[in-house]
Amino acid sequence: MSTEAQASGVRAGFDLDRPWQLHPQVSVRPERFGALLYHFGTRRLSFLKSPALLTVVRCLGEASSAREACRSAGVTEAELPGYAAALATLAGSQMICARAAS
Amino acid sequence: MTLPLVEQFAYGLDAPICLTWELTYACNLSCVHCLSSSGRRDPRELSTAECRAVIDELERMQVFYVNIGGGEPTVRPDFWELVDYATAHHVGVKFSTNGVKITPEAARRLAASDYVDVQISLDGATADVNDAVRGPGSYETALRAMRHLSEAGFRGFKISVVVTRQNAGQLDDFKAIADRFGAQLRLTRLRPSGRGADVWDELHPTAAQQRQLYDWLVARGEQVLTGDSFFHLAAYGEALPGLNLCGAGRVVCLIDPVGDVYACPFAIHDSFLAGNVRGPGGFASVWRDSELFAGLRRPQTGGACQSCSAYDSCRGGCMAAKFFTGLPLDGPDPECVQGHGERALAAVSGAGAPRPSGDHSHRSGRSGPVPVSIGSGPVPVSIGARPGGGLGPARPPDRACDENPLAGFRRLRG
Repeated sequence: MSTEAQASGVRAGFDLDRPWQLHPQVSVRPERFGALLYHFGTRRLSFLKSPALLTVVRCLGEASSAREACRSAGVTEAELPGYAAALATLAGSQMICARAAS
Repeated sequence: MTLPLVEQFAYGLDAPICLTWELTYACNLSCVHCLSSSGRRDPRELSTAECRAVIDELERMQVFYVNIGGGEPTVRPDFWELVDYATAHHVGVKFSTNGVKITPEAARRLAASDYVDVQISLDGATADVNDAVRGPGSYETALRAMRHLSEAGFRGFKISVVVTRQNAGQLDDFKAIADRFGAQLRLTRLRPSGRGADVWDELHPTAAQQRQLYDWLVARGEQVLTGDSFFHLAAYGEALPGLNLCGAGRVVCLIDPVGDVYACPFAIHDSFLAGNVRGPGGFASVWRDSELFAGLRRPQTGGACQSCSAYDSCRGGCMAAKFFTGLPLDGPDPECVQGHGERALAAVSGAGAPRPSGDHSHRSGRSGPVPVSIGSGPVPVSIGARPGGGLGPARPPDRACDENPLAGFRRLRG
């Protein structure tokens, strides 16, 4: 029923090994706690709860995979599942989208 | 690590997430519950150039979108120009209208933009219920606008309903209208603000209707928007979708047609006036430096509500609703689901409630001029026993609601 519970339903099966990018209609505003995201297409607001996650999201567009973006943002192996879950939630709300491999 | 996000928001952000901007006090209608007592244009209204300068600032501050209202914003001759200017400068627009200018051509233009959202106001699912509040012919005007938007292929525009005692039994009918036009229903709370102060006693839903409304909303989840405006109903149990946060002066605010900046759209009163965008530092300086906003961003106490078991859910309810019914800001909401509000209201005289600061009503409108006088201020009341006993200074609750601050807010873990 809550937005959180709904969002968690889409976390399964995030593909860390393919390239991703920020959705072109999403605007990012850095904040002390991380960042605010606004999707002009869905008119949804989201937030990134840590500056590290913001770094990951910013790396996505250049990295060959989400895993690579996490690595270049300094995310450790142990932390990876948490980041994958966060990215899955972002993908579920179309804040990030899959990108064709270049 | 850091503070929970809701607390981060409560302490304020460097820029609002979104804000409400009433572009004009001019309106073709004279709705009896108008929050901004609109009707006549104020001659001091911001010029086109001044509006553009505000938009430039919002772009620099990365404000994602503005909720444009009024008055009837579309009667400003430069309305479409300003909408285009905003979207070209990465400031999204959601605007509220009674539909009077939504011609087939305007509808096609709106349907073509990703950055503009439209909200048609409708306060009755039938013409008799709607027109009693919004005036003769207003139902037909709204329905015509919806038809035009729907025919132009605009999916998901909003139908915005202020829930009243008279229309609370029509919720399924409103939903059916929204479904018919491919629109989304949005229900908001009646506030005793503007001319609403004069009709609140007769129009606000009964306690039984509030309960039915809550159950209806819970059953529909995110299908129906509420602009976070019913968070005082969270005291029934489960919170409604949304962040349940009072954004006043923290993550949202209001710019009125003459550039005055207020803490929230429901608080057009000198007590909540933070400054004016025409001042030296513009809007940014009002947002960042206003003493009023600094006060709202400090930790708040629950006052008379602190000892109540529901306080953690409702956080004392809506600041503006309390203020304009003469209740202390740190006391119960007038529509407190526990009944504390009713008891508090019985103990204060309505005559002592503060009056809205401005009246722009049509001089010969259906509703007579609203007398402007400032009452003796809130009367303190307390609820049962409270640790510490005495009543502190009246302080705003640490949450309240807002026009559309965080509607659709998604929580993400990171």
